[in-house]
Amino acid sequence: MARISAGIATSHVPAIGAAFDLGKTKDPYWAPVFEGYEFVKEWIKDNTPDVVILVYNDHASSLMMDIVPTFAMGFADEFQSADEGWGRRPVPVVKNHIELAAHIAEQLVIDEFDITLINEMDVDHGLTVPLSLVFGQVEEWPCKVIPFVVNVSQFPTPSGERCWKIGEAIRNAVKTFPEDLNVQVWGTGGMSHQLHGTRAGLINEEFDRRFIDLLAHEPEELKYITRLEYLRETGTEGIELIMWLIMRAALGYGVEEKKRFYRVPASNTAVGHVVYECKS
Amino acid sequence: MPRTRLYPLADLEDIPGTKVFTALRSREAYYLHKFCMSLMKAENREEFKADERAYLDTFKMTEEQKQAVLDRDLTKLIDLGGNMYFLVKLASTDGLSALKAVSTTSGMGVEEYTQMMLEGGRSPEGIRSIRDKN
Repeated sequence: MARISAGIATSHVPAIGAAFDLGKTKDPYWAPVFEGYEFVKEWIKDNTPDVVILVYNDHASSLMMDIVPTFAMGFADEFQSADEGWGRRPVPVVKNHIELAAHIAEQLVIDEFDITLINEMDVDHGLTVPLSLVFGQVEEWPCKVIPFVVNVSQFPTPSGERCWKIGEAIRNAVKTFPEDLNVQVWGTGGMSHQLHGTRAGLINEEFDRRFIDLLAHEPEELKYITRLEYLRETGTEGIELIMWLIMRAALGYGVEEKKRFYRVPASNTAVGHVVYECKS
Repeated sequence: MPRTRLYPLADLEDIPGTKVFTALRSREAYYLHKFCMSLMKAENREEFKADERAYLDTFKMTEEQKQAVLDRDLTKLIDLGGNMYFLVKLASTDGLSALKAVSTTSGMGVEEYTQMMLEGGRSPEGIRSIRDKN
């Protein structure tokens, strides 16, 4: 049977991808950010999964324009990196695990999550920056990736509670897949940031650190943070943290925290990162 | 029975200096955003740069939106429904980083803004709510 063995959360700032692609990871500005990922780059060598379910949001690259699904899954065989206005990131093509994706879709609908399937799309920095941070510069990604896309940009966005429940539903779906597969769930985005207006550059370190403090062992109360509270406390884009809740819920009750990292700034954003191993 | 809302919808407009990107704003900026997304192709970026006005005229944007694009006035574009994830394609076409693009809407110069970020960013104190002034 398939099982979820671990989870990773990380911010997915586009400038991190640019620094990575341009070989600036040792620059004084970027070195402290990339140092935070040294642990996971080693850890993943011994913990390479068969499949990553990668929870992210599309940044007006393939979605948000004509179609705005609340929850969607990439259902193509493979996905190219998107041209976000400065050319495609030079990263490997992302390959899907169609059988598992189809199974999850089936189970989610049974669990009353009417998931959207996307048969063609490019994937943007939201998905490729986390892959680069964890796997580094590679010829091919060492595992299959199921893109799991959440609308966190256009209100109405889903609630934290709803995200938690879909995370639980993903967990139940994976557990009933008959093939032996080692699956990880990654939650991306956040932490606090706001990308426009006179509040641009907002960072709430106290909120962010408390969020990380509670996520491993006392995540219950994080479920009830309202969308308005995210906006007020963490900026308009801080609400991406609801995607960390999907990851956390998918891991089940007991986790062991292997790594936590927090750093301000990367471009406009507070960078947060955790690695959890499942205990059950 | 519909569920009770956890907060009044009007509260989304109660955050200082912030336009929450709603479905209605998305509608208002639909053709502006079509233009922004067209810049995801290199040949379109070239065509736009060669004659900005002519290129903009191929989209059903309002005149106000077109002028704000020509002026690179991101604050105005956000007032007209725009969202930064779309607008950043315009900034990228100009070779501007997201940090520089965002700083132009902040009321601060880019150096001042960059320095603020290096020092830990903007505190949320006093700018959570217009009504509560906290």
